[in-house]
Amino acid sequence: MAMTMTQKILAAHAGLPEVKAGQLIMADIDLVLGNDITAPVAVNEFRKAGFSQVFDKRKIAIVPDHFTPNKDIKAAEQCRLIREFACGMEIENYFEVGEMGIEHALIPEQGLAVPGDVIIGADSHTCTYGALGAFSTGIGSTDMAAAMATGKAWFKVPAAIKFILAGKPGAWVSGKDIILHIIGMIGVDGALYKSMEFVGDGLAHLSMDSRFTMANMAIEAGAKNGIFLVDEQTLAYVEEHSTKPYKVYAPDPDAEYEAEYTIDLSKVRPTVAFPHLPENTRTIDEVGDVKIDQVVIGSCTNGRIEDIRVAAGILKGRKVAKGVRVIVFPATQRIYLQALREGLIEQLIEAGAVVSTPTCGPCLGGHMGVLAKGERAVTTTNRNFVGRMGHPESEVYLASPAVAAASALTGRISNPEEIVG
Amino acid sequence: MQVQGTVFKYGDNVDTDVIIPARYLNTSDPAELAKHCMEDLDKDFVKNVQPGDIIVAGRNFGCGSSREHAPLAIKTAGVSVVIAATFARIFYRNAINIGLPILECPEAVADIQAGDKISVDFTSGVITNLTSGESYQAEPFPEFMQELIAAGGLLNYLKNR
Repeated sequence: MAMTMTQKILAAHAGLPEVKAGQLIMADIDLVLGNDITAPVAVNEFRKAGFSQVFDKRKIAIVPDHFTPNKDIKAAEQCRLIREFACGMEIENYFEVGEMGIEHALIPEQGLAVPGDVIIGADSHTCTYGALGAFSTGIGSTDMAAAMATGKAWFKVPAAIKFILAGKPGAWVSGKDIILHIIGMIGVDGALYKSMEFVGDGLAHLSMDSRFTMANMAIEAGAKNGIFLVDEQTLAYVEEHSTKPYKVYAPDPDAEYEAEYTIDLSKVRPTVAFPHLPENTRTIDEVGDVKIDQVVIGSCTNGRIEDIRVAAGILKGRKVAKGVRVIVFPATQRIYLQALREGLIEQLIEAGAVVSTPTCGPCLGGHMGVLAKGERAVTTTNRNFVGRMGHPESEVYLASPAVAAASALTGRISNPEEIVG
Repeated sequence: MQVQGTVFKYGDNVDTDVIIPARYLNTSDPAELAKHCMEDLDKDFVKNVQPGDIIVAGRNFGCGSSREHAPLAIKTAGVSVVIAATFARIFYRNAINIGLPILECPEAVADIQAGDKISVDFTSGVITNLTSGESYQAEPFPEFMQELIAAGGLLNYLKNR
C-alpha cells in the first residue's frame, strides 16, 4: 500500500511493513524532549509510577528554557527538580543555562534531530524538526514520562494534506509569511489530527531556517506534524550539525492525501496574523494603521541567525520609534555568539533594541517583556491567543522578522518594502 | 458510569492559554492550577463551578500548548466531562492520559445551552439534556482508549502490563 512520508517513518518505527491512516501503533522513539514547565510534571509521574531508570540516557533531552534564567522562586524550584532528575539519571542531553537555547532551535543545532527520526516532546512546537524530514510531534507530560521509561509511544497514524510549494518568494517574504498565509487559508483546525507534507520546486528557495519556521507552526493549523521532503540543503545541514545515523524517506508517488494545495510562492505577500488567532491573517497591504507598543523578535519560530540578520539589516543605522520597546532574543547561545561576531548585536543595540539571553519568556507572557492592559505587540512568535503575552486585554500581532523590524522603526505595523525598498 | 451536572458553554478554539494562563505555570500543583482555570475566558468560572459540572464547547477545544496543566486544571476544578465538537490533538491525548473524560459530539454542542442540566453515560456515549429532554449519541472511545481509561491513565496501563 502506498504511504506518505510520515506513514513510512511510523511504519519503520513500529516494526511494520506498512501502516494506514487511523491505525493505532506503538512506535520506538529516537528522542524524548521536555522543558522546565512540562518536565517537572513528567518527572513526578515517572516517580509515582515507580520507574527507577530511563530507557536510554542518550535519547532524552531536557532543556530548561521557558522561565529561565529562573524568573521567580517557584520557577527556580521547578528547574531544580528537573536538574536533579537529569543528573541522577545521567541524562546526556541536559542543557543548563549558559549552554542552553530555546529547545526547538537547540535540538537541531546540537544534531539531535535527523531525517527519519521519530521524536516526541512535551512542548507543542516539537513539530519543528519536520523541517529535517523527521516525524516529530508534541505530547504531554504523562506521555513524556511513559516514553522516558519505555522508549515507546502510541500513535494514531495520521492522514496527510499535501502542500505543493511552487516558484520563488519575493524579497521580503520568508517561511513565516508562507506558513501564516497557509494557516489563514486552512484555519487553526484546518489540519487537525493530520500531517502537513511540504513538497515542490519552491523548496529550493526556502532556507533551512525558513523551513524550521514553517514546520514549527504546523501545530497552529492543528496538525499532528509538519514534514518537508529531504533535499541537498537538508543533507548539508545534517552533515554540518550531526553525527547521528539518519534515513531519508520519500512519500510513495501514489500515496493518498486528503487534500492538496498548490501555493505560488511568488504571490505570497508579507503576512500578519491579527488577534486573537493565527488564522486571522491579512497581507501587509491590508493591515491599515495599527499602532504598537512593543516589538519582539526571536523565539523557537524566528530566533535563528537568518532572522536576526534580517532584523539587524533593517534596523542598522536607523532608530527605533520613540515609545516603542524592541526586544530581540536570539534562540541559542551559538546563534547569539554568531550574531555578536557578525556585528548584528551592536547594530540592534545602536538602533535602540534590547538583546536578551535565549528564553521562551516573552512569547508566553512569562517574563522579559510582558504586556500591560491595552498594549499591542508585533512579534515573530507563534501564538496570539487572548492573554498570550500578558494582560488578557493586550493584543499580539504575528509577523516575520522583516515586518517586525520595519514596524519597530515606525511604531505601527509596517511593510519592509516601504522602509528599505 | 454516569455523570450529571450543569453546563458551562464556550465557543470554538478555546486555547490552553485561556484554560490555564502561562503566568501560573511556575507550579504544577493541581489545586493551585485549578484556582485559575478558564480565568482569561470566564473569570467567574472557578467561583461558579460545582463538582460534577460539565464544559460544552465548539471546535478545536484545547488548541495551542502541550501543557498537561490544562486538562489537569479542568479536572481538579471539579469538571466531570468536557464535550466538544472537536478537540485539538495534544489536549485530546493529554486528557485521556490523565483521566479527564472527553467526548466529541457536534450535535449535542449545537443544541445544549449554558445552564442546562445534562447527564452523560460513558459506557454508551449517550448524552441526555435533562432540561430539554433531548438526547445525543457521542462517538464512543476506541477500545485502545477505553483500556487506558479503565487502567486509570497511561502510566497505570503501562505498569499493569
